[in-house]
Amino acid sequence: LPSLTMHPVMMGLFQRALRLRTSLRHLCLCSTVSTKARLPLAALKSPFLNFGSCREQHVGAVGSKSLPDGAPKRLPFSRVTKEDVDFFKKILPGRTITDPDLVESSNVDWLKSVRGSSEILLRPQTTEEVSQILRYCNNRNLAVNPQGGNTGLVGGSVPVYDEIILSTSLMKNINSFDDISGILTCEAGCVLENLSLYLEDRGYMMPLDLGAKGSCQIGGNVATNAGGLRLLRYGSLHGTVLGLEVVLADGQVLDCLSTLRKDNTGYDLKQLFIGSEGTLGVITAVSILCPPKPKSVNVVFLGCETFECLLKTFQLCKGMLGEILSAFEFLDSECMRLLNTHLKLANPISDCPFYIVIETSGSDPNHDSEKLHSFLEEAMTTLLVTDGTVATEEAKIKALWSMRERVTEALTHDGFTYKYDISLPVERIYQLVTEMRQHLGDRAKSVVGYGHVGDGNLHLNITSPAKDPSLLAAIEPFVYEWTAKFQGSISAEHGLGLKKRNYIYYSKQSQAVALMGHIKALLDPKGILNPYKTLPDKLR
Amino acid sequence: MSGRVLVGVKRVIDYAVKIRVKPDNSGIVTDGVKHSMNPFCEIAVEEAVKMKEKKLIKEVVAVSCGPQQSQETIRTALAMGADRGIHVEVSGKDYETLGPLQVSKIMAALAKKEDAQLIILGKQAIDDDCNQTGQMTAALLDWPQGTFASEVSLEGDKIKVVREIDGGLETIKINTPAVLTADLRLNTPRYATLPNIMKAKKKKIANVKPADLGVDLTSRLEVLRVDEPPQRQAGMKVETVEDLVGKLKESGKV
Repeated sequence: LPSLTMHPVMMGLFQRALRLRTSLRHLCLCSTVSTKARLPLAALKSPFLNFGSCREQHVGAVGSKSLPDGAPKRLPFSRVTKEDVDFFKKILPGRTITDPDLVESSNVDWLKSVRGSSEILLRPQTTEEVSQILRYCNNRNLAVNPQGGNTGLVGGSVPVYDEIILSTSLMKNINSFDDISGILTCEAGCVLENLSLYLEDRGYMMPLDLGAKGSCQIGGNVATNAGGLRLLRYGSLHGTVLGLEVVLADGQVLDCLSTLRKDNTGYDLKQLFIGSEGTLGVITAVSILCPPKPKSVNVVFLGCETFECLLKTFQLCKGMLGEILSAFEFLDSECMRLLNTHLKLANPISDCPFYIVIETSGSDPNHDSEKLHSFLEEAMTTLLVTDGTVATEEAKIKALWSMRERVTEALTHDGFTYKYDISLPVERIYQLVTEMRQHLGDRAKSVVGYGHVGDGNLHLNITSPAKDPSLLAAIEPFVYEWTAKFQGSISAEHGLGLKKRNYIYYSKQSQAVALMGHIKALLDPKGILNPYKTLPDKLR
Repeated sequence: MSGRVLVGVKRVIDYAVKIRVKPDNSGIVTDGVKHSMNPFCEIAVEEAVKMKEKKLIKEVVAVSCGPQQSQETIRTALAMGADRGIHVEVSGKDYETLGPLQVSKIMAALAKKEDAQLIILGKQAIDDDCNQTGQMTAALLDWPQGTFASEVSLEGDKIKVVREIDGGLETIKINTPAVLTADLRLNTPRYATLPNIMKAKKKKIANVKPADLGVDLTSRLEVLRVDEPPQRQAGMKVETVEDLVGKLKESGKV
């Protein structure tokens, strides 16, 4: 183990982490046994395993100001004093917000499932201001919660206690765009949809697209390594981000804002920050490689009888549409029912057990439409697909996409939603949904499955009329153990945030997590950046 | 009433596309721009297909006047359920000056040639907003017209039409043969389903020249200039009510 000069608190935790590893090896053995097996009582009681409190991760009924149940204990950070507020007001005049009504919306996440009690919201406009803020907070041992569009789904974007909220919303300049290489450089607070519109005017587009595009900011997208609908075609942010400017916990500005496509000079530091969920540094600027806007886009909405047919359709699709395929999403009939009921969106085709949304993007409408029609004819004659429709006009394309993009919204109208974002071998994806339905029986109101089937990513959602601890107990750890059984990921793209931080061991070896802890300690010795998130409690 | 219905479908720039004026102000840029079926024409096709499904009419014929690409628009109508198509070929200069008068002459000639009992058109096209073709076609044929239709019901050899007018809704009964123009609330056009899209490929589209119909395409109109609407000026933010009143007084508004 590297010898590091560490904060005494970190040292103690680090040693505890060693003991954790041994205990967890024991646990891992247990969890590969059938899901019905009981964990040994001793293991459950062990402070390191903490699986009891994992069940209460959906913290704090919105509205309660008391200690959120199941949340980690407040770490010994300093509390914000009048002197602190005066300092911030001096460096950020008019942009230091202490009015509780104005801070309120930044204390609650988009799902309205977690609420913090921060009393101060800062809105820097420049990297220099962010640097000054962090330098000061580091010296004063004040915790900071970086916040972009606040659209995250795992409670990572809002404070748990009184962390100072550092919003990037005012850092929304586009610095440069090179229309030969397609490289865009912009500040972290740029809203994804605005970047898309800017690029579309210039014949390009963003390499990622997600339902939250109207609100989410690029800094947050990078910090969470957002996936989305186009990952299948353009890859992840780990590939498309060329450079970052990051402010570290002590206020140092790390300028890795390169606009080079290829640069093998030393360790690629930006990769550390992509997906770090604001715990290693605050991203203040991004340079990203953007693909040309396709001249021809087709969207197809298909219906399949079985999941096997759906998977065969995917194989056929890859074979016949390969180079022009840009998205392959699915939703089940339960999702369609929710869309019909809550959002009054009519089914574009007849009712089927499974629906697929396929998008093609290419440079030649004739070429693409020929390929598409051959594929559709093949799919229909071999009965892989029982019904479908095609759209080439923008209005119809938007209408078909909304059948997939608005499922999340429809769920919020169905009741309290338990959301799971799982990566699995593609042939297992729907098995989890059917087994969960059987397992829960009538305890749940709706159990739906949808997602980026092309990437092996399932969004499993379970609703109940109100928050229901006994339902949650039935869902977890069943869903995580099931996922671990097939070496899947318990968080494919949503990240760990607050809600899933303690489940990391279902998908990562303890040695790996321990190394993450070292890196965190190295870059943020006082642990002020987005505490209580991403890394498990017992590693702190 | 049984028989043949002619539906006019126009190929226009897709309504979601940003329109750009040509640098020489002679017209708008159409090259490489996404085109699709005029939304009101979609509604007209849907109405005709619905009538056929209810067995009130026998055949739906989709007609489009324009260059080669108009065939795509006819294919869309076929995929929605039209039985066959007629492409009246108009291209080049003739196409640039093609307007409601010429199209209505073409529709009238086709109606006679095809022995149509009903012509359904969209109330207007979203590119020129003329709202004239339906009315002119009815006049040339001396047929009754039910325009801005939001509800249509065939009753024997008469048609009851509920029209959207400024004061509300007007219900009229007209004889057949007749011309109807579809308004927004007449129906919701269906998505063309895959089986129909496949079938549509095999349906026939006949090719006809305006000269064959004895139609003269000369236009009596000349477009002098096309300009973009004036840019919206930015507003001004004021800090206090006094400021607001002051500014209003300054600009002479108060």
